[in-house]
Amino acid sequence: MAENSNFKTLLNGIIKENPVFVLLLGMCPTLGTTSSAINGLGMGLATTFVLVAANVVISLLKNLIPDKVRIPSFIVVVATFVTLVEMVMQAYVPALYESLGLFIPLIVVNCIVLGRAEAFAAKNTVFKSFLDGLGMGLGFSLALTILGTVRELLGTGKVFSLTIFSEHYGMLIFVLAPGAFIALAYLIAVFNRLKTE
Amino acid sequence: MSKKLESSFKNMLIVLTTISLVSALALGSVYKLTKEPIELAKKEKQENAIKEVLPEYTRLGEADTIYLEGLALPFVVYLAYNEEDLVGAAVQSHSNKGFSGEIKVMVGFDVDGNIVNYAVLEQMETPGLGTKMVDWFKTDKGKQNILGMDGGSDRLKVTKDGGEVDAITAATISSRAFLESIRLAYAAYNDNYDGMSGATSVSVEENAVDEVSISSEESLDQEQNNIAPESQEVAIVASDKE
Repeated sequence: MAENSNFKTLLNGIIKENPVFVLLLGMCPTLGTTSSAINGLGMGLATTFVLVAANVVISLLKNLIPDKVRIPSFIVVVATFVTLVEMVMQAYVPALYESLGLFIPLIVVNCIVLGRAEAFAAKNTVFKSFLDGLGMGLGFSLALTILGTVRELLGTGKVFSLTIFSEHYGMLIFVLAPGAFIALAYLIAVFNRLKTE
Repeated sequence: MSKKLESSFKNMLIVLTTISLVSALALGSVYKLTKEPIELAKKEKQENAIKEVLPEYTRLGEADTIYLEGLALPFVVYLAYNEEDLVGAAVQSHSNKGFSGEIKVMVGFDVDGNIVNYAVLEQMETPGLGTKMVDWFKTDKGKQNILGMDGGSDRLKVTKDGGEVDAITAATISSRAFLESIRLAYAAYNDNYDGMSGATSVSVEENAVDEVSISSEESLDQEQNNIAPESQEVAIVASDKE
């Protein structure tokens, strides 16, 4: 039974409470970085790392942090991990670092990270928090990758930089900001339809 | 479950300080660890760009930092030699008139000042529009190609501005900024070349100065960072045809 509920915690973030499609959290990086599938995936994975690490650490510290200073404490923990990711990315995957640019430091203020810390990690065991962070992170990555793929395909005719059809027929608007809203809206509609079935 | 720490002043102080200290320690050590790889990665990118934009060379001169009149940021000129003969120079140039943020390019010139090749080092233009500059101006199609053109030529402007280069479709602002960075690169190269050999004619030097003043007049209100808000406004007004 215990295993079952662990599994549920993991799946929770991916489907039932998918941060992008259901909770609608973290819209800023969602709309900003998904102009191509690879950017979406990179952003998703960076966020996943931060989510998992922050969830675990906060869950470990939850009894040591007095209630009144919990938000600043969480933010410091989250910010530390984000800066770590930023430096490591810059050192070992400079190309991805450049294309994500400003959005990496912005993970600090991503509502999902703080939201999960506050809503889940501060109340649950370390292992559960780990699973929750992983689930949420994967859900976020999945959503961003799908959105990125759709936008890249419709906008430029490519998927992960592989040409599917000529760029000539691409609808430029999907690469730009309005296209992000349109594509996201349709994806949420599809996701909700599938979920209710 | 053990009880939470009470929110007394002492507890809060101790906990927040400790957390901050531990974070600082972790950040400091990782910074030290990644400092070298980060610099290496940057250097490698730089060197690859120089190799890409220059004709065959055997030796690279010292990097020269050039300041052009009216521009705060420096230009870096790398002279390239084949044995003892100067074969050209790679110039790291930039423009802040792009649609979003600074554009940094590496441009290679041969001895006569013709563009050999270029590489875009940094840009934050709109994906699918301005980002096409990475190879748009190398593509032989219509009047897109700028390779082989004289760096000091008046033709090195988008057709809308009376030049002879086709701007990227729907990204005229990005194209203008890109071409400006090329012209500035040429100006910096000329500056440097004069200093090194002292042999180039005065007219060339004047040309270089002209180049800078023209480009700063052109932009008037969008030139420098300190007037950036206005330049943003301009960009927004023109956003439909970036």
